[in-house]
Amino acid sequence: MGQITLQGVQKSFGPVHIIKGADLDIADGSFVVFVGPSGCGKTTLLRLIAGLEDVTGGSILIDGKNVVDTPPAKRGLSMVFQSYALYPHMSVRGNIGFGLKMAGLPKDEINRKVEAAAATLNLTPYLDRKPRELSGGQRQRVAIGRAIVREPKGFLFDEPLSNLDAALRVQMRIEVTRLQKQLGTTAIYVTHDQVEAMTMADKIVVLNAGKIEQYGSPLELYERPANLFVAGFIGSPKMNFVTGELAQQQGAATIGVRPEHLKIERDGAGGWVGTIAVAEHLGSDTFLYVDAGPLGMLTARYVGELSLHAGDRVSLVPDPARIHRFDQSGAALRN
Amino acid sequence: MATRQTQFLARALLTPAVGLLFIWMIVPLALTIYFSTLHYSLLDPGSESFVGLENFRYFLTDPAFLASLQNTLLLVGSVLALTILLGIPLALLMDQPVIGRNFVRLMVIAPFFVMPTVSALVWKNLLMHPVSGLFAWLASLFGLTPIDWFNDVPLFAVILIVTWQWLPFATLILLTALQSLDEEQKEAAEMDGASAISTFIYITLPHLARPITVVILIETIFLLTVFAEIFVTTGGGPGLQTTNIAFLIYSQALIQFDVGSASAGGLVAVVIANIVAFFLVRIVGRNLEA
Repeated sequence: MGQITLQGVQKSFGPVHIIKGADLDIADGSFVVFVGPSGCGKTTLLRLIAGLEDVTGGSILIDGKNVVDTPPAKRGLSMVFQSYALYPHMSVRGNIGFGLKMAGLPKDEINRKVEAAAATLNLTPYLDRKPRELSGGQRQRVAIGRAIVREPKGFLFDEPLSNLDAALRVQMRIEVTRLQKQLGTTAIYVTHDQVEAMTMADKIVVLNAGKIEQYGSPLELYERPANLFVAGFIGSPKMNFVTGELAQQQGAATIGVRPEHLKIERDGAGGWVGTIAVAEHLGSDTFLYVDAGPLGMLTARYVGELSLHAGDRVSLVPDPARIHRFDQSGAALRN
Repeated sequence: MATRQTQFLARALLTPAVGLLFIWMIVPLALTIYFSTLHYSLLDPGSESFVGLENFRYFLTDPAFLASLQNTLLLVGSVLALTILLGIPLALLMDQPVIGRNFVRLMVIAPFFVMPTVSALVWKNLLMHPVSGLFAWLASLFGLTPIDWFNDVPLFAVILIVTWQWLPFATLILLTALQSLDEEQKEAAEMDGASAISTFIYITLPHLARPITVVILIETIFLLTVFAEIFVTTGGGPGLQTTNIAFLIYSQALIQFDVGSASAGGLVAVVIANIVAFFLVRIVGRNLEA
């Protein structure tokens, strides 16, 4: 069991309000990703749940029990740190088994559990090595091993993949997701990378300046962003925003269209006309950065190869069903 | 970089420095070795004669030698143990966020900047004096007989003074090491359910292994040659109770005016220092390997 509920959680460091009241309901077994720009409070929120920081106000319930006054180890959660925080002078076996040793388990039981965890993570050949003798990906797995061996109610991940190179990150992303599904344990995962958020999460929490902007499944956030911030943050490349007269015609202060929902036509086909400033040909995709005069720079994405180059004039036709409308305050307008 | 020309150039440019260092070290050593084979008394100048290893025999069979060797080892060992055993808790305390932390740190480090002669005088006359010292006054407050430190427990008194001087050094090194301990490691231990004591034993202490090694090695070098504190307070006495090797050599050369025997003693001290260094590196040196 691992149902985690936040009720009006607040955190201030002196006069600075980091978390301005967070309400959240995380279902047992789900994979929830906290995502947001740096300084938005996502790591602080995770540390509040872990118990490494004390809340200023509100309550945190784990399986219905308020844990704000419970020390971290008693909350039944385990954490994977950004720097891995492995104990450098202990072997892999010692690292993974440390929590069990502190809990006072008998030696043979610790060994059995450590070996089972190591087998799950393909760490068995490295059990007697020291962390410094391991590669980045292996250290990462030891950190995860340390978390799973205690059979916690929930995993907390604090940007665990940010120290890995791009290829390894993709691989570990898949491994972590698969492991979580296999164990069925609730997981909270903090990242600033919206691709990680979209690919791993059952549900995403978008945080900005200490506030939860939106909470929902990845596709919900993609298709129905609640406001300008979420619309701009989720999706890559970023959504195009157009203000002014064009938006007013649609009854909105701002309208947004994702690059993949702009149809690229030769000049003269109507829509928004501009000159290509940069064309990126990836083979699988073509990204066009179009200088559309008064509308500013627009990004368009085409799946496949499109033989257009910088300097060509194109017109971009937005898909009318995929136009997002936002009011003056930035909140989304629903039809 | 490593072409023949650059190698030659590098050697050519290094030669003066290496040469100077070599002469700097080898001339005194050679002179000491030369003097150690002479009968050379300052009271009887001009009568120097070659006596072979007679000075070494004289120095090594002197009952004062074994006593002073024992004193030296006792002094070094005790001060090392005290500075580390007290330095660790002090460093842990100074690592805590308290009001006026910078001032406290400055105060704790201050003794290190006091000259050995001055600190010895302060301890001798202001603190440990059996009549007018602070400790005597404290003892009399409780109706106890004041301890006459330099007569009753002379070596212990010297150990206390030297410890007071070297405690800041140990504390400082250990404190900087504590500050470099990864905060996330402590948090990981906290998540793993480790108590404060377990965290200290399993996380902090292993992290301090290397700085403790550094403290032991550096302090040993200096503690083998403690002189000023003994000279100022006890003058090596009573009897030989506080005479260490360094003080014994001094007394040979400048109290008994026997340069030959003092030189022999100096060479013996070099050999002893090397033996100590050899064992130290064997015992604690592996902590220094990355």
